Amino acid sequence: MLVEAWLYLLGHPAQFAKALGVHVSLSLSALALASLIAVPAGLHFAHRRAGALAAINVANIGRTLPSLAVLALAMPLLGTGFLPSLVALTLIALPPVLINTIVGVREIDPDVIDAARGMGMSGRDVLRRIELPLAVPVIFAGLRTGAVQVVSGAVLATFIGGGGLGDFITAGIAMMALPLMLVGAIPVTLLSIGADALFGALQRQLTPRGLQ
Amino acid sequence: MSWFARNWEQVAVALYEHVLIALTALAIAAAISLVLGVWAARRPRVFAATLAVTGALYTIPTLAFLALLIPVVGLGKANVIIAMVAFSLVIMTRNVATGIRDVPGDMVEAAKGMGMSARQLLARVELPLALPVIIAGLRIAAVTVISVTTVGAYVNAGGLGTLIFDGIATDNPPNIWAGALTACALAVVADLALARLEDVLRRRRRA
Repeated sequence: MLVEAWLYLLGHPAQFAKALGVHVSLSLSALALASLIAVPAGLHFAHRRAGALAAINVANIGRTLPSLAVLALAMPLLGTGFLPSLVALTLIALPPVLINTIVGVREIDPDVIDAARGMGMSGRDVLRRIELPLAVPVIFAGLRTGAVQVVSGAVLATFIGGGGLGDFITAGIAMMALPLMLVGAIPVTLLSIGADALFGALQRQLTPRGLQ
Repeated sequence: MSWFARNWEQVAVALYEHVLIALTALAIAAAISLVLGVWAARRPRVFAATLAVTGALYTIPTLAFLALLIPVVGLGKANVIIAMVAFSLVIMTRNVATGIRDVPGDMVEAAKGMGMSARQLLARVELPLALPVIIAGLRIAAVTVISVTTVGAYVNAGGLGTLIFDGIATDNPPNIWAGALTACALAVVADLALARLEDVLRRRRRA
């Protein structure tokens, strides 16, 4: 079966490359968009007690919404294809990044902030040189969770015509062609494990030396 | 709302199947995690290895996991239950192990001093004290499993995902909303109920 899957892959290199490309670009763009929205929003809410609590609660409820449902609901609103999938996957990646940014900033020892202010740092300096670097490990933990969710979620984009490696899985299940299914399932599993490892490594790499 | 009035029976059946799948998976996962967690709690190497393996299982995209299980168990509920067990192992095993490890050392010493055997120590001291942390793990697992089980409808397991897939196939948003919101509500209810249980256990522990 593995051999058949491999032969199929060799026989259809362009088709596979296209699906892989769509899958990776969907996942990366969704994660990038989500961090562009959630990190600044998280920094904003982190300094407001009530705001932080509200944002975390909303994000937690958002988390319980199944990825499949988010993608499915994008269809009546935005139609089918790449863009609706991208919007849905961005929404899926938002909660973990938002929660972790807020928690990361709020967990910083207040004495450190006081010391920085005492040294004459402005609010902006404190944000850039103290809060952001110290919160980076927690933010990256959120990005890591988000990355895995997005790569997994992108498999479901096939249901709304978003393409990606899920296409092989659904086609394989529909035709009960197991090798075809593996052509989608194995690479997407590797992709997901790879994303997890990559963000884990980045997280360790970007942790300020004082925190290690 | 009128959609719901017309289709509530379908929603009820889907909800019932969904709860059944999630409960079965969580019960099996809890049993396995208890064994793994107890074994790994005081063995750092076993702990690291267990988390690495179960962590990898957690990372496998759901639809890919379901697809990979088809050659082994075919379509249907067993497929989804196995996938969901594999999916929740890492969360629950980690909490069982850390819960036991965080039991204060002097309590363990005191219990040993009273002549408790390893088994008694586990049953009367370690597990009861670790229970709030274990329930916290169960809570996270329950919420994730309830949400992810929706995909199982694609491999004929039934559940709330059926409504979502029907909605996609017939281009009928109310169907999708019904599946999505019911799953959401179920997850929130499970979350609140287990949070309450966790709270009660913590308070009892302090008293």
